[in-house]
Amino acid sequence: MKDISCKLLVIGAGPGGYTCAIRAGQLGIDTVIVEAKKAGGTCLNVGCIPSKALIHAADEYESVNAMARGGHPLGISAQGPAIDFAKTIAWKDGIVGRLNNGVAGLLKKAGVKVLVGWATFTDGKTVEVTTELGRQVIRAEHVVIATGSEPVELPFLPFGGRVISSTGALALTHVPGKLAVIGGGYIGLELGTAFAKLGAKVTVIEAQTRILPQYDPDLTRPVAKHLRELNIDVLTGAKAKAAREEGILVETAEGAESLVEADTVLVTVGRRPKTAGWGLDAIDLTMDGPFIRIDDQCRTSMRGVFALGDVTGEPMLAHRAMAQGEMVAEIISGKKRVWDRVSIPAVCFTDPEIVTAGLSPDEARASGIEIVVGQFPFQANGRAMTLGREAGFVRIVARADNHLVLGIQGVGAGISELSAAFSLALEMRARLEDVAETIHAHPTQSEGFLEAALGALGHAIHI
Amino acid sequence: MTEHVIKLPDVGEGVAEAELVEWHVKVGDLIREDAIIGAVMTDKATVEIPSPVDGEVLWLGASVGDVVAVGSDLVRLSIAGTGESKAADTEKASGETLAAARQEVSPPATITEPSVTAAPAAPAASVAPADKRSSAESAPRTPLSGAPRGEGERPLASPAVRLRAREAGVDLRQVAGTGPAGRISHEDLDAVFAQGPALARAPGRQKRTGVDEIKIVGLRRRISEKMSLASSRIPHITYVEEVDVTAVEDLRSTLNAGRRQDQPKLSFLPFLIRAMTRAIDDQPNLNAHFDDEAGIIQQHAGVHVGIAAQTPSGLMVPVVKHAEGLDLWGTAAELTRLAEAAKAGTATRDDLTGSTITITSLGAMGGIVTTPIINHPEVAIVGVNKMMVRPVWDGSTFVPRKIMNLSSSFDHRVIDGWDAAVFIQRIKALLETPALIFIES
Repeated sequence: MKDISCKLLVIGAGPGGYTCAIRAGQLGIDTVIVEAKKAGGTCLNVGCIPSKALIHAADEYESVNAMARGGHPLGISAQGPAIDFAKTIAWKDGIVGRLNNGVAGLLKKAGVKVLVGWATFTDGKTVEVTTELGRQVIRAEHVVIATGSEPVELPFLPFGGRVISSTGALALTHVPGKLAVIGGGYIGLELGTAFAKLGAKVTVIEAQTRILPQYDPDLTRPVAKHLRELNIDVLTGAKAKAAREEGILVETAEGAESLVEADTVLVTVGRRPKTAGWGLDAIDLTMDGPFIRIDDQCRTSMRGVFALGDVTGEPMLAHRAMAQGEMVAEIISGKKRVWDRVSIPAVCFTDPEIVTAGLSPDEARASGIEIVVGQFPFQANGRAMTLGREAGFVRIVARADNHLVLGIQGVGAGISELSAAFSLALEMRARLEDVAETIHAHPTQSEGFLEAALGALGHAIHI
Repeated sequence: MTEHVIKLPDVGEGVAEAELVEWHVKVGDLIREDAIIGAVMTDKATVEIPSPVDGEVLWLGASVGDVVAVGSDLVRLSIAGTGESKAADTEKASGETLAAARQEVSPPATITEPSVTAAPAAPAASVAPADKRSSAESAPRTPLSGAPRGEGERPLASPAVRLRAREAGVDLRQVAGTGPAGRISHEDLDAVFAQGPALARAPGRQKRTGVDEIKIVGLRRRISEKMSLASSRIPHITYVEEVDVTAVEDLRSTLNAGRRQDQPKLSFLPFLIRAMTRAIDDQPNLNAHFDDEAGIIQQHAGVHVGIAAQTPSGLMVPVVKHAEGLDLWGTAAELTRLAEAAKAGTATRDDLTGSTITITSLGAMGGIVTTPIINHPEVAIVGVNKMMVRPVWDGSTFVPRKIMNLSSSFDHRVIDGWDAAVFIQRIKALLETPALIFIES
C-alpha cells in the first residue's frame, strides 16, 4: 500500500486518543488514528460505560426485589421479579454500540482518518500498521501514544474459563451463582456489588486490611456497611493462593487456609500499562517504572512523540486522558499549553458512591498545611431522606489561614454528579466563603456541599 | 525665606564650560550644606558640585547632557533665612517648635539618594495604602511583582485566567493577585498587560518589543563626537604587517627576571614605544597634527604617545609625554602610573591631552587585524594585535615563533602609502632585532 504521511498520528482510539484526534481535526491538523478494535477504548467498550449500565440494571432489579421481599418502607409491594440477563446484556451492548458509532462519527466529522489495524513503531516518526488489507506505513511529524492499559493477571490464575477479568465480567451471558472477587479495589467492588444485586453469592478477597485502601476509612465505612447488607462476604487481609475445582483457596488474615466456593472467579487486582507489542523497543523511550515518562506537556523523551492516558501512569482515569488529549492536540497546533490542572476528580461507583477531588485531610496535613475541615452528613439532608438513602456525607478541606479549598470528598448515593461542583470549586481556586456564599438549590443533595463549607467556617445551619 | 543661586563653579583646568552629567537632586528636595547636587564633566574629568548652603531646590538650570558655561546659574535654592538660628535660640524654650522645625529642616532620607537615577519601579509590597505618599507616587505602577506567595506555592487563578496568561506568555508566579487569598483575577492580568511586556514573562524564549532610548552623555558623547570627526574628516589608509616578536619577548622576560624591586614589570608596550620613537627620528612627519582648516601640519619635536585604554567609564587616552626623553624603564614606569590613574579616575587633564601619535592595544583580545581610527588631529595610529606562536619556515624547517600583527592607520592626505610602509617596516626591523632599539646611531 502507498505510504501515508500526516502531521499527527494517534495510536489508540480510547478516550485520550480519540479526544486528541478530534481536537486536532478541529484545529485543522492532518490527523490519522489507528485502533485495532472498536473506537472508545477500555472506557467505552469494556470499562466505565458497560459497567455503569450493568450497575444501573442491578440497582433497578435490587430495588424491585426489595419491594418483593415485603415490608418496604415506602409501602410498595411487588411480586416475582425476574431478570432476563441476556436482554440486560443486549441493552448494555446497544449503548456501547451507539457510543462506538458516535465516536466514529465524531472522528469523521473532524476530518480524522481512522485506520483499523495494529500499529508498530519502526522509528520515532514511522509506524507500520497491520490492517486487513495488508501492511500500511505511516510517517508522521508528531505521534501520540495512547495505548492504554489492561487488567493484571495473577500468575496462578490465568484468565480463561471461569477465571475472568473485568472485561470478561461485562461479557457474561448469565449471572454467576457464586462469584469470588479477588481484589477489593473499586473495579472489583463495583462489579461484585452489581452481581450480588443480580443474585450472585459474592465473596471479596482483599489482601489489605480494608477495602478501597486508597481512600480514608471514613469514606469507605458506608460502603463496607452496605456490602454487609447485601450479604457480600469481605475477607480482608486474605490472599488468594490457588485455584481449586470448587473455588479458590485463600490464606486468611489469621494464616489459616480456607476455601471460597465459586463457579466464577473475577480477578481485579489492578491494571497495567500496555507497553508491549507496539514497538516500544524501537524508540527506546525513558520510562517511569512500568509507565512511559512524560513531562507537563505529555512529551516523552523523544522529540515529537507524546504519550497520554493510562500508559503514562496513575490516576488511570478516562477524564484525565481526555484532558491530556485535548491539550496535546492544542500544543501540536502551536498553542501554548501546559498541564496545570488542580484536580483530577475520581468517582467510585460503589453503593454508595465515593467522590474525591483534591487533597484529603491527611494528605493536606502531610504536606505541612494547617487545615480546617467541614463535614456534613446526608442524614441531615432533606433530599437524601426523601430518596431513602441517608448514608454518607460531604467533607471539605481548606487552608486554615486563607480558607482556600484544598480538597472535597464525599460518599453517598448519587454523589457522583456532585463531582462537577467539587472540581469547579477547586479549579476556580474557591475559598470556603465562595462555596458558602453560593446558593445551592433546595432540596438537593448539593446542599451538603454548602453545609460542609459553612461547617468549616464554624456556622453550619442544619446540624 | 530667601533665594540662593548656585552657579557652576570654575572646575579648574582652565575650562570655560562643562557638560552636566548627573543631577542628585530634583525640584522640591531639601538639601543640606555640602550635599552633592550634581556632577559636571569637563574634557576629561567629572567634577561633583556640592551645595554651599541648606535649602529647598526651587529650580534646576540644566538638563542632563546640557553644556553649561562656568559662572552660569545651576540651581536656585530657597533657604530658610535666619530661621534656623532662631530655632537654635529657642531650643530650650519650646520643644514643640523645635520638633516642628526639625521636621521641616531635616531632610527626608531620600534626598541623599540620587533622585534623578532613582527610577526603579516602586515594588510596593501590597495595595494596602499604609503610606499615603508612597502609594500616591506609585499609583500608576500597580504593584505587580513580588507576589506575596510562599516559595513553591502555586499561584491561585481560575482556569480562564491561567489560559489567558499562558497565551500571552505571562508567568502567573510573578503576578500578585488582589482577590481573596491572593487569587489572580482577569483585572490583575489586565494590569500586567497595561504595564507592558517586560514584566512577568514565562521562562523560555520570548519575543521582545520596545526600544530603550539611552541619552549619550559625558565621556560617551565625547568619544562619539571625536570618532565621527576623525572618521569623516580623515581618509584612512590601514596597513597591516606581521612582526616576529620572539627576540623582543625573550629580552623582555630576561629583563623582567632581573629587574630591581623599584622597577615596574615590563610589558610589550615600552618596547613598541621605544621602537616608534626611533622610527620617528627618521620620519618626523608621522609625529604631527594636521590642521586641515588652516592647511598646516604641525610637526612636533617631542614624541607624546597616547595609549588608548579601556576604563570602567569608557575609552580614555592617557599620554606618555616626551617618550623621546625616556629610557625603557622610564617609559614603563610612566605607563604604569598613567594606567593606574586612568583606571582610578585620578588622571589629570594634562595626563589625558597633548598626544602626537597614538597606540591602541587590546592585549590578548587584540584579534588578528583591526582598522584603528586616528586620534584626530594626529596623523598616525599604531594598533597592536594579539601575539601567537606560529610555525615559521626558517629555510630548512618549521620553527615555533611568536608572531604579532601591527595594524596601523594613517592620514592619507598627508602620509603616502610608501611613508606608512617605511615607518612600519622600520618598527618591525627594530622589534625583530631589539638590540637595534638601544644602539645609538
